[in-house]
Amino acid sequence: MTTSDAAVQVRIRVSTPEPETQRLGHSDWPQQIVPREVHPAPDRYRNALGKYTVDRLAACRSCGRCVEACRYGVHRKPAGYAFTLRPLEQLCIGPDCAETPGSCVSQCPQKALTVRPNATTQCMGDARWSSDLILATWRQAATGHAAPPHLESRTGASGGGFDSLRFKFEVPGFEPPTPVPAGTEIDTGLDLNHRGDGRPQAHIDLPVYGGGMSFGSVSIHTILGKARAAAAWNTFTCTGEGGYHDRLKPYDDYVITQVATGLFGVREDTIQRVRIVEFKYAQGAKPGLGGHLLGDKNTPAVARMREAVAGNALFSPFPFHSVYSVEDHKKHVDWIKEVNQRCLVSVKVSTPTDVDMVAVGSYYAGAHIIHLDGSYGGTGAAPDIAKKNIAMPIEYAVPKVHKFLTAEGIRDKVTLIASGGIRTAYDVLKTIALGADGVVVGTVEMVALGCVRCACCESGRGCPRGIASTDPELMMQMSLEWATQRLINLNNAWREQFVEVLSRLGMTSIRELRGRTDVLCRLEDEPEVSQ
Amino acid sequence: MPDRYHIKTAATPARFRRVGKFANVDWREDCSRCSNCVKLRCLYDVYRHESAFNRDPLSPGETLDECKACLSCVQGCTKGLLNVSVNPEFLNMGDEYWKPDILLTTWNQADTGRIPVSGAGYRGRFKGPGFDSIWTDMSEIVRPTRDGIHGREYISTTVDIGPKPLRLQFTPDGVMLTAPLRLLELQLPVILDMPAWAAQGARLAAARIAAAKQLKTLAVVRAGDAVQALPKQLPSIAPVLSGEDIANSQDIIEGVRMAQVPDGPDAAALAGKLLSINGRLTVCVRLPLSPASAGRIVELNRAGLKVFHLCANQHGRERLEGGRPGRHIKDALREVHGRLVAEGLRDEITLIVSGGIALAEHMAKTIICGADLVAVDTALLVALGCRVCRDAHPRDAAGEAKCGSPELCPAETDSADCEYATQRIVNLMGAWHSQLIEVLGAMGIREVRRLRGEVGRAIFMEDIEKEAFGDLCRVPRSQVSA
Repeated sequence: MTTSDAAVQVRIRVSTPEPETQRLGHSDWPQQIVPREVHPAPDRYRNALGKYTVDRLAACRSCGRCVEACRYGVHRKPAGYAFTLRPLEQLCIGPDCAETPGSCVSQCPQKALTVRPNATTQCMGDARWSSDLILATWRQAATGHAAPPHLESRTGASGGGFDSLRFKFEVPGFEPPTPVPAGTEIDTGLDLNHRGDGRPQAHIDLPVYGGGMSFGSVSIHTILGKARAAAAWNTFTCTGEGGYHDRLKPYDDYVITQVATGLFGVREDTIQRVRIVEFKYAQGAKPGLGGHLLGDKNTPAVARMREAVAGNALFSPFPFHSVYSVEDHKKHVDWIKEVNQRCLVSVKVSTPTDVDMVAVGSYYAGAHIIHLDGSYGGTGAAPDIAKKNIAMPIEYAVPKVHKFLTAEGIRDKVTLIASGGIRTAYDVLKTIALGADGVVVGTVEMVALGCVRCACCESGRGCPRGIASTDPELMMQMSLEWATQRLINLNNAWREQFVEVLSRLGMTSIRELRGRTDVLCRLEDEPEVSQ
Repeated sequence: MPDRYHIKTAATPARFRRVGKFANVDWREDCSRCSNCVKLRCLYDVYRHESAFNRDPLSPGETLDECKACLSCVQGCTKGLLNVSVNPEFLNMGDEYWKPDILLTTWNQADTGRIPVSGAGYRGRFKGPGFDSIWTDMSEIVRPTRDGIHGREYISTTVDIGPKPLRLQFTPDGVMLTAPLRLLELQLPVILDMPAWAAQGARLAAARIAAAKQLKTLAVVRAGDAVQALPKQLPSIAPVLSGEDIANSQDIIEGVRMAQVPDGPDAAALAGKLLSINGRLTVCVRLPLSPASAGRIVELNRAGLKVFHLCANQHGRERLEGGRPGRHIKDALREVHGRLVAEGLRDEITLIVSGGIALAEHMAKTIICGADLVAVDTALLVALGCRVCRDAHPRDAAGEAKCGSPELCPAETDSADCEYATQRIVNLMGAWHSQLIEVLGAMGIREVRRLRGEVGRAIFMEDIEKEAFGDLCRVPRSQVSA
């Protein structure tokens, strides 16, 4: 099966579903079906950004030679137009093309065209999320397919962690594994209940689901876009700790209710209507520090849902003040299991030095899913000192926990989910190869919706691009339909890459990849290798 | 429980020209006058402020620092006329250790006294040398000290300087042999040290002294600067005194709580002289951090000295012969701490460590590696606008860079108003104090004294890489690049 076939192989929901398909979970609310269809969803801004910029001097006579020369659709001169239109710079692949004889630059009779790196895109991103990675994510969200090769879409530039891990087939010198025969169906799905406790199974079609982002920290369009994409891909999204917005009810079957220390908006009915309930003990962005919604973002609508006073900063204390031992933790899990007797329970923890012990404790307390949130991720505002320094990155935590659970003989009885700085399809696959069953993502969804990582989510009216803001004017920069489509497309692009990599590794299921560190290698500077 | 320690911060806008990270580039040609201008809709009003600045010659500073690079204007302009670029002046600031981002965050903290907060996760490199290869631990469920950050529970940042014997000793007839404890208690595990190079006018020293008084800590000053301290400020200074100074500084010695003497053959003798003038004085020996530090400390301990100030270089590394840098504090200090533990001396000795303490996290990590407290030097200058550009400056006869003067220093740190400089130093320390509490709270530790040498509550990159990735095949990076 080719990668482009992969999207077709998965079950596509139709717009008029049979009634039983609307009742996966326990929601009384009619569940809306979202088609899993890939459509172009181009950049929502007038001027899309590209890695390179194409300058056209006044000497241009609009002869149209550049339009004929360009194979990538950068130059346009519609029929009847006297002038060429502004180049679509986001499609330009740069010097790899511009320096060849057939390029627009060399073909221009007036020598009016130049191609150079775009200084503006160099302002985007950082070591973890390089500008290439942001542009590649945008491209995947726009097209639903992998980004072109001139954009580095697999790794960032952080120099460690995922960025220093490679699949052996990417590195010269290793014998490639035998790929699966063409046409073989590759399964990227995952069951989340391995306890065998009689509770219903929750199956997801991708080893990925959406992380908790509360209403207040992000806009309702962002929340609903995530939920609709989750419904389309038969996976999950999470409410975050800001309560359960009424507009999420049509997607109850794909929503995880988060119970965090602040208990904002947590009610029995919000626990009872979902298939998974998540306890958030800690989060990677600010491990051990709880949550903090700034007063500016606590608008009347947010305050109403959180049952709080508008304009006041809202703190989620750390830790749960009712939990100071594993026994207390078990009481918590039992409480949720009692309130909703068919749900699965996920426990979200951060990554301290004893994260392996925490995971084992959570399993024995009755958790179905242990969700490790590493320290480098997070979408919301957090103290810089916490983001960088407190708790270990997820790349370290996953193998540590996987090995410990294996040694305890309980690895196959619990689902291990990882999050915190997982940016690309390759990061997902590396995380699973290190020992996780699946991953939770957050930032990549924001990037798909147009985030440039300017890190201003927390200040004033919030995100200037309308993603992480409840400001009525800012949030209207993005429509719900567009947000949904971008995320559906991103999932499709990722699934194509999952299928391609699994095929190359000779695996027919994502579940075969778990803990297969033998397919990975670690890049090191020469002195380190010789040691 | 002691009174709650609180640092009173106050917004103190910079009086030096800040250098922003991003610069808007406005191509004014070809504007279509569409009246749909994205500049007017800039969420941060950058364009309006820059325009006002251009019209107002008395405007206090340029506004290049306001652009956040959200790129809304670049992507929204009808004609695509706008660009944003990284400011080359920003990239040229500092050096390989004092990076531009460190300078910028220090300025911001000195402006407001607040913890730096941002969205969208961590943005830097995965790991690095020195402090960037340590992560601090957190506690998942068991301790409620996080509440200390919001004032519902107290997290102490108090440290004691002086020997703390494990037990009291008595004669057979019950007379106590152990000398009475003379602990010098500071409310912050930080003292304010002199800049590492000749960049301190009398005003700066005065600001440091005033800030130390407010912060309930100590300012290390040269003997010449100690003279300007008011009598009520003497308990807040720790003069560095040589043999000649001691003879001329009797009044000062009687009024201060701690004095420092440079290491040398006569260090013990100098300490004796100081104690003969002021018997309650805490004497600290100031010595460079080097591979010989542990041995020297043990030797001086035998001579009765109990407090040591280890000075690393400005990049946090040992000072080797010929000025060469050695190991980082992370490794060198753990060795010193470990040796003192092994010798059974650790609680008798107080270690103050300075050099390369550029961020609040460095303070916490230095303490984890074995320091009792740290001394901050260059960061105080940065709070006043220093760009750590000393290497580009002319040097005096002693080889020291001459900076701080209006001719040489864009921040004119020498001529900074004392009150303004004091408040900015207090603000910076206030922000660091809050961040230290964040780290302690996350770890579930109620007092900074318990953080000393707690390497078990830290994650060291060398160890965790081996544990997590030890079974992975290793490949030279060049094999992939090639």
